[in-house]
Amino acid sequence: MNKAPSLESNRSLIITYNLPISKTSKFWDELKQGKVYATKCKKCGKLVFPPVADCGPCGSSEIEWTELIGNGKIVTFTEVVVKPASFSEEPSYIVAIAKLSEGVKVLAWLSGIKKEKLHIGMKVKLKAKVFSDKKVAYEFVPA
Amino acid sequence: MNKVAIIGKGHSRFGDRSDVNLAELSFEAIQPALDASGLTAKEIPYMALGSMGVWSEEPLPAVVIAEYCGLTGAGLVRCEAACASGSAAVFNAYSAVMSKQTDLALVVGAEKMKQIDTSTVMEMIGRAGYYMWEFENFGMTFPAYYALHAVEHMEKFGTTEKDLARVAVKNHRYGAMNPVAHLRHEITVEKALNSNVIAWPLKLYDCCPITDGSAALVLASESKVKELKIEDPVWIDAMGFASDTANISKRENYVGLSASVKAAKMAYNIAGISPIDVDVANVHDCFTIAEIMAYEDLGFCEKGDGAQMIRDGETEIGGKIPVNLDGGLKAKGHPIGTTGVSMLVELTKQLREEVKPTRQAPMKNYVALAHNTGGTGHYGFVSILRR
Repeated sequence: MNKAPSLESNRSLIITYNLPISKTSKFWDELKQGKVYATKCKKCGKLVFPPVADCGPCGSSEIEWTELIGNGKIVTFTEVVVKPASFSEEPSYIVAIAKLSEGVKVLAWLSGIKKEKLHIGMKVKLKAKVFSDKKVAYEFVPA
Repeated sequence: MNKVAIIGKGHSRFGDRSDVNLAELSFEAIQPALDASGLTAKEIPYMALGSMGVWSEEPLPAVVIAEYCGLTGAGLVRCEAACASGSAAVFNAYSAVMSKQTDLALVVGAEKMKQIDTSTVMEMIGRAGYYMWEFENFGMTFPAYYALHAVEHMEKFGTTEKDLARVAVKNHRYGAMNPVAHLRHEITVEKALNSNVIAWPLKLYDCCPITDGSAALVLASESKVKELKIEDPVWIDAMGFASDTANISKRENYVGLSASVKAAKMAYNIAGISPIDVDVANVHDCFTIAEIMAYEDLGFCEKGDGAQMIRDGETEIGGKIPVNLDGGLKAKGHPIGTTGVSMLVELTKQLREEVKPTRQAPMKNYVALAHNTGGTGHYGFVSILRR
């Protein structure tokens, strides 16, 4: 990495975080069932994605769950060619932000189409995604 | 409230600084800043450090730097606002002097990013968008975040990849004249356009390098300026601040950074000036599109006209408002926590007309502006300096 004299420390540190989801567990459970949910504040009526357990702006914890139909249009997108270390095994991936018919915007991978065929305004569908190791996420596919 | 002056400055050479550790690198900026102020380390009551860390080994860099530079005993803090950590440190020390808590304060920016490999640096910065919703499953990188902005800006306003390249060419031209810059070579539009794609449409030459470097400023109250017989101080007239959503999906649009707009308005308002009064500016060009958006967000032109400014040479010397005459983040380099401090070192030099004539902005009002953002536009700081 460098030519200047340096001590190469062998005290490596591997950090793996546990990500707490107990307050939004419904979101992750529903993904396994193929459904994508958002949350809605009962007080101000605002629909929010990603889901939250509390509404910061109005200070309320009265939240209800709403399933997203998932019809959206691309707002912007990119293709990640130079990847971070923990994604180094992945082929280049397309990330898009789309606005859904419900009004919220979502950032996710867009699969099943080449970058050259994409344009802003293109219709996409937001879908739940279950990996072979049972990990869950969500993605866009062309509508 | 105290008026706050910059009475001393120091700046290390930026680049691959594997020849020094973080404390030694900081000394290269701190000692000249103290010398220029006629002070010794033990006279400094308070130090604010801008540093993001994680790529170098010390978790508490402020105490390590303070001990090495003779500042042990002073009040210490490390400030984090991602790539705006340097401005956060300036704001911290500026507030301490302005509020009369102290008459003197040292601001240091120090970052050593080249102690780990590049893909791990990409990982650590990528995680700093919003780990839970944008990195865990989607592996966002910072070039990718700014690419999302570039794509919408190009669609809405007709900005082209060539316009982005023009920003890189300008900043490399000035960087080549700056003895402390990391990348000191000129490039052409063709070279920039033909460089490897990092996150489409951004290519290698649209991105700032990964850089080591330090910068320091001594801040003083008006009475201390008199006491120390500082003849030609530069004043911090205003600092504006703002923030934006953690989730990038929650932003209104991707053609600008609302935290920059808000911070700029606040700074202009406090200083009692408008954009046309600014003689020279340093803007946060972590990626070429960021510089074009900054022209618009700071009011140097209307929203959507940023590309026209670079096409017309309006942000070069001789244009309406010269920008990034030190090479910017693009060519000078972007040691994350150092950048905000480095910008003020450069603008102090510009205001005092100390730089090489080939990269000196003509001064009319002796007013300069620094624009420093952090994260994906998460943090915004705008500072106005006056001589």
